[in-house]
Amino acid sequence: MKNKRSLFAVPYIVWMAFLVVIPIIIMVVYAFTTVPAGATDDSLTFTLSNFTSMGNYTVVFTRSFKLALIATLVCLLIGYPISYMIAKEGPRFQRIAMVLIMLPMWINFLLRTYSWMSILENNGLLNQFFRAIGLIDLYNSIAIHFAADPAAYQPITYFQMMGTSGAVVLGMVYNYLPFMILPIYSVIVKLDHSLVEAAHDLGANSIVVFRKVIFPLSLPGVLSGITMVFVPSVSTFAISRLLGGGNQMLLGDLIELQFTGGAYNPHLGAAIAMVMMVIVVVCMWVMNHFGEGEEQAVML
Amino acid sequence: MKSRALNRVFMALVFLFLYAPIFLLIIFSFNAGESSVVWKGFSLKWYGELFRDRLIMQSVYTTLLVSLLATIISTIAGTFAAIGFYSMRRRVREPLMTINSIPMMNADIVTGVSLCLFFVAFFNLWGDFASWINSIQSLVYLPTRLNLGFGTLLLAHISFNIPYVILSVGPKLRQMDRNLVDAAQDLGCTWMQAFWKVILPEIKPGIVSGALIAFTMSVDDFVISYFTAGSATSTLAMQIYSMTKKRISPKINAISTLLFITVLALLVIVNIREARQERAALARQTGKK
Repeated sequence: MKNKRSLFAVPYIVWMAFLVVIPIIIMVVYAFTTVPAGATDDSLTFTLSNFTSMGNYTVVFTRSFKLALIATLVCLLIGYPISYMIAKEGPRFQRIAMVLIMLPMWINFLLRTYSWMSILENNGLLNQFFRAIGLIDLYNSIAIHFAADPAAYQPITYFQMMGTSGAVVLGMVYNYLPFMILPIYSVIVKLDHSLVEAAHDLGANSIVVFRKVIFPLSLPGVLSGITMVFVPSVSTFAISRLLGGGNQMLLGDLIELQFTGGAYNPHLGAAIAMVMMVIVVVCMWVMNHFGEGEEQAVML
Repeated sequence: MKSRALNRVFMALVFLFLYAPIFLLIIFSFNAGESSVVWKGFSLKWYGELFRDRLIMQSVYTTLLVSLLATIISTIAGTFAAIGFYSMRRRVREPLMTINSIPMMNADIVTGVSLCLFFVAFFNLWGDFASWINSIQSLVYLPTRLNLGFGTLLLAHISFNIPYVILSVGPKLRQMDRNLVDAAQDLGCTWMQAFWKVILPEIKPGIVSGALIAFTMSVDDFVISYFTAGSATSTLAMQIYSMTKKRISPKINAISTLLFITVLALLVIVNIREARQERAALARQTGKK
């Protein structure tokens, strides 16, 4: 009986073979091959040039990692305290707070990112606000003293925010903050409170309790949150395109360009995507290695 | 209690950060002017323009159709796959579950790229195959050129949805008392009857939440659709992306407002229903005592 029922999985196993495993194999094949120059048919030759030519893009690689790491760190610094505070509130408050945190996730991230465009623009709401409170005049009056040639100093009328790496990090934090809060919250809320009480009874002060009891126990949630923020941040291409205005090319943009842009080269694109897949696998391995337990994998 | 007030302030700031852009988006959808920065008075004209925009309406239709079809197919397929997986021995199941979780773990762009390459490679093979078939007989004519389009979009959506369905049905199957099915069959049920009357009611919550997750993932997806839909088909997210690249129009604000209100309404309904069910369950429990 048991074996007969397991036959139900066979169609899906075939499906997985075709739409999960084979696509990845094809991607790897693409990454290690190239179309020889002057070839007319679709013959492929083995090459490592796709990987060596990634050297030309070290700037993009380092920028991607730097921005994704900063975004993950900021998410952690905001997400951990907020999850901790929400978990300490009453059940009704918790419920509403979690709905409020999840609600933005249901609005397409492009729309949310687009909204930041109108805030950060040169003539956007934030700059209007800065002008209204006199921050820009204040900046000009200070900067003119530090200018090399005060006579030639051009007073600024806005702060340039669009197109900076800060704007891209902001977009990442804004979009992925819920991914950090949810797993951390779900671990903290299930934390056995008697352990905290026991630590207090044994004479630990609040800081020690947090460092020795609460934080280690919430580590699985933290690790899961870090992966859930880092992976989409390092691979995004829309956020950097919208808020970075083309100055802040990330790995995702680089891949996308190889497939749809003028720099059509799917072999290079596949190679970069493969590198990204390896990064994800390493992230997952690290997470599983340190935070054993599968409860935190439950997302919604 | 000073720290408590500070906590509240911090929480309020985070919520402000999360919601200020959304509210701005909504407010400026009612702007009479075209700017998303300068307020020129109340108007509904962008909503009118939105509904007259053929491209947007077409993309909304595509999004809903692909999400619905993908949800239905992946819910059914995922439920059966989960039943199959959980009747397997652990040693067989574990590696399969690992493969199953690849699309969920991988960055969207990697899934999108690999599927795109797969479809293109398949189309090339198919082209050779079709022209060979056409050359040896003349009864049926097979199209030799296939393109990325709605079909590939749907296949891609199904394949990233099924893992979520399996992940939410699986735990329910694990919780289910396996003896129930045996008991039903001992009492004369055929396997199909046992499935409909015993297994399905037990795992229904998992199926429902799996379908909900699948639907939201489908509607929300941009990256995988972008790589698999080709140039002729466009989902709403892809449409929004191409709109943000061009001159920004408040039509985007109008559509985000409508989407936000829809999601908000759905969430409120779900939450009220859940709360009512909980209260009913509580009443039943206390009634028993």
